[in-house]
Amino acid sequence: MALVLDSDTALIRDTAFDFFEKRAPVSALRKLRDDKDALGFSLPLWRQMAELGWAGFLVPEAYGGADFGCLGLGQVMEAAGRTLAASPLFATALIGASALALAGSEPQKAAHLPALVKGERLLALALEEGAHHAPLAVAATARQSGGVFRLDGEKRFVLDGHVADLLILAARTSGAPGERAGLTLFLLPGDAKGLTRTRTVMVDSRNAARLALDGVELGADAVLGRVDDGADVLDPVLDRARAGLAAEMLGSAAAAFERTVQYLKDRKQFGVPIGSFQALKHRAAAMFCEIELARSAVTAALAALDAGTKDAAALSSLAKAKAGDAFFLVSNEGVQMHGGIGMTDEHEIGFFLKRARAAGAAFGDSAFHRDRYASLMGY
Amino acid sequence: MAEIDAFRAQTRAWLEANCPPSMRTPMPEDEIVWGGRHARFKNPESKLWLERMAARGWTVPTWPKRYGGGGLAADEARVLEEEMRRLNCRSPLQSFGIWMLGPVLLDYGSEAQKAKHLPPVVRGEIRWCQGYSEPEAGSDLAGLKTRAVPQGEHFLINGHKIWTSYADQADWIFCLVRTDPMAKKHEGISFLLIDMDDPGVRTRPIRLISGASPFCETFIENVRVPMDNLVGGLNNGWTIAKKLLEHERKMIASIGERQRGAERPLAELAKSYAGARDGKVADAVLRDQIARYEIDQRAFRFTQRRAAEEAKGGAPGPASAMFKYYGTELNKRKFELLLQCVGTQALGWEGDGFAADEKRMTREWLRSKGNSIEGGTSEIQLNVIAKRVLGLPD
Repeated sequence: MALVLDSDTALIRDTAFDFFEKRAPVSALRKLRDDKDALGFSLPLWRQMAELGWAGFLVPEAYGGADFGCLGLGQVMEAAGRTLAASPLFATALIGASALALAGSEPQKAAHLPALVKGERLLALALEEGAHHAPLAVAATARQSGGVFRLDGEKRFVLDGHVADLLILAARTSGAPGERAGLTLFLLPGDAKGLTRTRTVMVDSRNAARLALDGVELGADAVLGRVDDGADVLDPVLDRARAGLAAEMLGSAAAAFERTVQYLKDRKQFGVPIGSFQALKHRAAAMFCEIELARSAVTAALAALDAGTKDAAALSSLAKAKAGDAFFLVSNEGVQMHGGIGMTDEHEIGFFLKRARAAGAAFGDSAFHRDRYASLMGY
Repeated sequence: MAEIDAFRAQTRAWLEANCPPSMRTPMPEDEIVWGGRHARFKNPESKLWLERMAARGWTVPTWPKRYGGGGLAADEARVLEEEMRRLNCRSPLQSFGIWMLGPVLLDYGSEAQKAKHLPPVVRGEIRWCQGYSEPEAGSDLAGLKTRAVPQGEHFLINGHKIWTSYADQADWIFCLVRTDPMAKKHEGISFLLIDMDDPGVRTRPIRLISGASPFCETFIENVRVPMDNLVGGLNNGWTIAKKLLEHERKMIASIGERQRGAERPLAELAKSYAGARDGKVADAVLRDQIARYEIDQRAFRFTQRRAAEEAKGGAPGPASAMFKYYGTELNKRKFELLLQCVGTQALGWEGDGFAADEKRMTREWLRSKGNSIEGGTSEIQLNVIAKRVLGLPD
């Protein structure tokens, strides 16, 4: 398992870095925010991303995908993170595609994956119900009678939830909240009867929604994977989500750090660049180390997911914890080192601070992943 | 079968046939082999193991064969390392000659110097020490005052070195000396090799907070060494000094690594000394701190591996400052955590009431405090990163 990219993957990386820098700079996110854009991202941009093949990076070739793997998609995630680009890349191309490709039945895959690859179908994972990531705490119910499931409950922090054509929803077919057995995943059309979707405006200006389910009816063909065994489907999907999000956070942290170092060189006080002060130099150097460690951790996790090694779960948690800590540190220090200008809405460094917290909370914060890592390592 | 697979098979077979049984067990401190004219082998099998490995040049696998090295390519050296780890083979020889002097001699030494000094290093026959710091030249290393005055075919040397690791057991010392007191401080320094058999060289061990004396003061009085012992040209010593420091930093950065396997994992210590519940470390705060440390440790190891892959076995650059800084800070964290896990049983000094490994923890914890000082303090490393990696202004 190499930690240096091969030439194909490096090419994807270069292409993606260039793409987001030119087509989706931070100013694009600002515009979406200020315009109160209903979609929350640019559909033309997403179509361009799909044309580059990124939507189908985790989709088998039989369904029109490139089947390039997590390390490849991770490069695109990292590039998108550098400019805080809003797009369905995470919810659709990473999570949605993974869930369908890993657990979907033949008809399910045939129905959704080709459209997903073309950028014509948006997905979202509806999992969380509380204020913290807790995959097994699902209380929403799916009661079966005859051949029909009747779904009731609420979901929150559903990324892209208000615009998704298809929701992958976790509900309890048996057992109590907190138990592993009894979770079932359902494919739920975004316009299903009894489903109410409310967009929530988050601090990072990225998409999220609340869902209310009131007697939503689904047939047995809507079950993704097996009834009561949804946690087995969720595990590998969540690990990909964590490692992919870690890659995005790494990109954001690196970009925020580069901006900050540049500011230290440009900004003069007391007649000299403030970057000549040792109090700032040492903190900048320490941040550099944290980002380098996060980069190695992210690459190791993505490569382990592709190789299917048995430590992929632990490495995904390691990457999310490490990238999260690095991004928190850099975003805090970024604002501090920019001084007063860093507190203004006009300056872009604040966007990184806001994104750090939302991305950190998604799919488990660093404390969650340290706890999980310790458990996986046997302590 | 690819060539590298054939190499792996041969290597595995050779190690299995030639690595003595006791050399496949964790190495206690007092069985570490440092070599030299006065080498001691507490375990006779470590002598045998050193000789067998040295005969193949595998004490220094990547050095050229003509200087006694193994002549292996980077990927072959990695295979050897992996195969040794697979069998739990001990490192046959620890040596500042291998880690520090050798790499700069290969880059800057004359053909005669390489031919004379490298083979005895490979065979563990000569033990080297490092004459860098002085009482008045610590972090400001270039402020050193030890004088070397050219006199015909010789230099006459007078000076006082300090923190010379194992000088009392070494045979030769590589020294930074001032050869031009009028030049700017970085431009008047030379790199000189001195045989410590000279009666003008005296050493005095320094007792540390750990109770051990790994460092010495080294006094050099009216010592004459031939001009041939000058490496890399007159007044060119600072360039070599910096390059050697990069190798030294890489070595110190791996400090936690070399001890791996010989010690119990932190979580296991926490469970047995501080308590377990449902198979987990009972103290949730301690458990979180252990996880935080182990995540950083593992990410650090990935980063070392990535850097090695990126450099394809080349010499360390300014990034060595990062490894020195992070590796030593991690090692200090490890020992602080170890004390937290083991509690008062890791605070014993001598006598009864403590197991030998418990008393060792106390002293190793104290010793670890030096990691972020020796070879350039953490603060100096951060300066190097800020200047040479990030390009921040002076």
